[in-house]
Amino acid sequence: MLPTPDNVLNWVLFTPLVGGIILLFIPGTMKDAIRWLANLFFLLGFVVSLPLVLWFNKGTSDFQFVITADWIPSLGVQYRIGIDGISFLLVMLTTLLGVIASLSSWSFIQERVKEYYVMFLFLQAGMLGVFMALDLFLFYVFWEVMLVPMYFIIGIWGHERRLYAAIKFFLYTLLGSVLMLLGILAVYFYHADLHFAGMECPALGIAGHTVTEAYTFSVPVYLEFGRALPADWQFWIFWAFFVSFAIKVPMVPFHTWLPDAHTEAPTAGSVILAGVLLKMGSYGFMRFSLPMFPDAAREAVPYVVGLSIIAILYGALVCLMQKDMKKLIAYSSVSHMGFVTIGIFALNQVGLEGSLLQQINHGLSTGALFLLVGLLYERRHTREIAEFGGLSTPMPMFAAIYLIISLASLGMPLLNGFVGEFVILVGVWDVNKTWAILSALGIVLAAAYLLWLYQRTMFGEVTNPKNQGLADLNFREAVTLIPLVVLCFWIGIYPKPYFDVMRPSIQALVQRVSAQAAPVSAEVPSVPVAVPVEEAAAR
Amino acid sequence: MWPEFFQREDLSAILPQVQLTVFACGILLMDFLLEQRHKYMNAVTALLGILFSGFAVYQLRDTVRPAFGGLIAADSFFVFFSFVFLLAAAVVVLMSVRYLELEQEHEGEYYSLVLFATVGMMFLASGQDLITLFIGLELMAVCFYLLTGFLRRDRRSTEAAIKYFLLGAFSTGILAYGFSLLYGISGTTNINRITLAVRARGLDDPIVFLAMVAVAAGLFFKVAAVPFHQWAPDAYEGAPTPITAFISVGSKAASFALVLRLFLTSLSPLREHWMVLLSVVAVATMTVGNLAALGQTNVKRLLAYSSIGHVGYILLGLVAGNETGKMGISVYVFAYAAMTLGAFAVVTGMRRSDLVGDQLDDMRGLIFKNPTAAVLMLIFLLSLTGIPPLIGFYGKWFIFLSLIETRHYTLAVFAALYVVVALYYYFRIVVVMFLQDAREPGRMSLSPALVAAFVITFVLTVLPGLYPEPLIQLAQFSIRPFR
Repeated sequence: MLPTPDNVLNWVLFTPLVGGIILLFIPGTMKDAIRWLANLFFLLGFVVSLPLVLWFNKGTSDFQFVITADWIPSLGVQYRIGIDGISFLLVMLTTLLGVIASLSSWSFIQERVKEYYVMFLFLQAGMLGVFMALDLFLFYVFWEVMLVPMYFIIGIWGHERRLYAAIKFFLYTLLGSVLMLLGILAVYFYHADLHFAGMECPALGIAGHTVTEAYTFSVPVYLEFGRALPADWQFWIFWAFFVSFAIKVPMVPFHTWLPDAHTEAPTAGSVILAGVLLKMGSYGFMRFSLPMFPDAAREAVPYVVGLSIIAILYGALVCLMQKDMKKLIAYSSVSHMGFVTIGIFALNQVGLEGSLLQQINHGLSTGALFLLVGLLYERRHTREIAEFGGLSTPMPMFAAIYLIISLASLGMPLLNGFVGEFVILVGVWDVNKTWAILSALGIVLAAAYLLWLYQRTMFGEVTNPKNQGLADLNFREAVTLIPLVVLCFWIGIYPKPYFDVMRPSIQALVQRVSAQAAPVSAEVPSVPVAVPVEEAAAR
Repeated sequence: MWPEFFQREDLSAILPQVQLTVFACGILLMDFLLEQRHKYMNAVTALLGILFSGFAVYQLRDTVRPAFGGLIAADSFFVFFSFVFLLAAAVVVLMSVRYLELEQEHEGEYYSLVLFATVGMMFLASGQDLITLFIGLELMAVCFYLLTGFLRRDRRSTEAAIKYFLLGAFSTGILAYGFSLLYGISGTTNINRITLAVRARGLDDPIVFLAMVAVAAGLFFKVAAVPFHQWAPDAYEGAPTPITAFISVGSKAASFALVLRLFLTSLSPLREHWMVLLSVVAVATMTVGNLAALGQTNVKRLLAYSSIGHVGYILLGLVAGNETGKMGISVYVFAYAAMTLGAFAVVTGMRRSDLVGDQLDDMRGLIFKNPTAAVLMLIFLLSLTGIPPLIGFYGKWFIFLSLIETRHYTLAVFAALYVVVALYYYFRIVVVMFLQDAREPGRMSLSPALVAAFVITFVLTVLPGLYPEPLIQLAQFSIRPFR
């Protein structure tokens, strides 16, 4: 019954789900019991994911801990989950942030406590499912299902304009998903059609090999098969997927839901939105868009990079104008996620590794920033920057942690943001120097808006008498923040374990995306020799 | 012995309908003997009749029996659709008991009319002859006119009945005109033989074309497709809520059975022509239904417009017309039945002696008054939107897939984008139920019969969503006659 390498992913996936179902049967009046139980389930979810660290094989790019079962045989749908180097880190990030977010809601959520934790546990299961699913159908189910609890978390426990923000979030994401659904169906149909036509599949690299199972959604099969799609199909399906992922990231023309959703969501909702939900989009690029549609992806590079640079600069400039702390951090996400997408679409080993690390970094540091703003909000019930000032006097510990996190977020060496952004820029530099220089401006601007924010809220005299007696962090609040601080330092000082975990999978990804559609290329790997990343970072 | 025209096999092919008729007549007789407080026995009798009839249908599952010299065919298509009709009738009866008591119209005729309407629907699914089909259609329609106006003391109900009747009679006239033209060009009323005649006449014959347009127009009215949809919102709003559910599910499913029969047999040689017609109508239907639903403040009207939108999706399955598309129609009809009945069951539950309960505002804070009803409504609405893993998703899934398979990419994109619009108006109900405080405190109670209706529709919405294999098998089974 205990987790073994054969079933550990089921444990990770179903712990929050079972927790949510159990909570349903507890009367809503027993608020403390519900809080304890929900937090225990989140903690349990984190604990059962820890063995993954021990058991994960860093030497292979294959999917590990795979669990397969038939689900809908006549459609070829399987329940198939597994992780590789890319999803492993994101799964760990999700389980960790789950515990932290749930703990941070302890005193903030006073109304409809039961529903809150039920929704939160379901959301957690949905997000984990997205990162683990190795069947496109299953992936789509998780991708959609997860929207419902998030909608309620924003809509019920959010701030003043919550209804607007919640439905906007749902509509935007659904718009992307339905287009992706058409893309999935097109791949599925083409795969089956090829099978029935009895055609050879040159992309699989073996002469005379036909696609084996006609109806399938298996991601490993599609990763090999995508290249066999004709160019125009690749083009259309790539963009169908792209819209869905770009809305989730969000990339610039699709980003307008984000400031609303992040600002209006309750603290824990913002933490999860920024920390995990946005990563689903960038994960989608890495898992599906690049390897399945390599030709289309290569063609799309200039456009996507252009959008990313706009996101980096525009997001940063908008931050300088904000009066609302939470909105400022929300727009900083737009800017930081721009780095993530530009790293992905550098399409080389270094850029992709940096991008994946930056996804983790962003989850940690922006998650922590939202926690910190949430703590201020709990004390003062306002997020206006002008209301604060000189907080370092009454709240020294808060100020110290806030400083570290700000520095991490703006890319100070020895902290995690630096490693991620630097490696991304190295990768982009290899492709095009102008792009790298333009993106680097984003780091300068980040320093400007984050430090200016810090200065306005923390330094100087306490001007507003209401801020005089603010309490510093209590034990629970410190517990939610300290793990994030530790991780920021760890990644900043010694990122090697993280790069080691992701390297083989990223190598395989680069190999796929740079392989031409010609049949031979699948056998002759054309991997650009990777710059050893730690060296690059140490330079 | 038996005359040649009336074999025992013939009788068994219409046994389900005969049983329903017997029970319906029984209710009419029994009703006189019942005191007011025992009127619920009528509902029990009706349910018994539905059970017996369902069993008779089940026994027809393996064999195709052309009966009465080819007037009737109890094939797998009939079996599938009969199950949908009987399911709808059963849920409607369960929904009605408390509702009629509150309206003080608890009469036996109501239940026998429901059963008679079901008989008409079943003949629509099994008829092989224009005359049989027409009689089935009229039997169903007349019962619905009466049921829509059943609340004699309610002006809205009466008005709805008259509108429904006038427009219905008009459309039946057009349909009859189309039928007469078909008879004129082929000299037969058997739909399979008409196919041959139509094919022989060729595609460009104006008479054939006119016949097709007339038949299509009559049928578009029955399924409430644009531009023949205007009756639906009024009839839905005015009719007693259980009857609204029955019109929206039973009548629509039966009309689609007729559409499929005619378009896939008699009119199949004209596919080139009606495909264009259908795709235009389907897109218009989705557009009007979904956009008009955005502004509604009455839940029944909102669901009426949304059901017009769903009709557009089902028609798209016929436009694609391949195996997947036909299966998609069956899956969609079943899914639509389960989730729409559920949604209307919740709306029925809102009726109190002092509250009509069909305004959006009446559902405010339902989560505090009755969490079960609110959560169930959420599930039905999510399913209607097409969020996996609920049954409604699979209907859309097959329709989209069939459109891609037949290279109708633009239609597929249209259909997919309207899912987003649909989410917006369905979630207006969710916002009211979950995110706003109740106007008045207190809890809402439900009658046992209504709880049974909830359970049935909930199970049928969620279980096939989680494990759709049986549903897919059933859909494959249902389209066997059209291979």
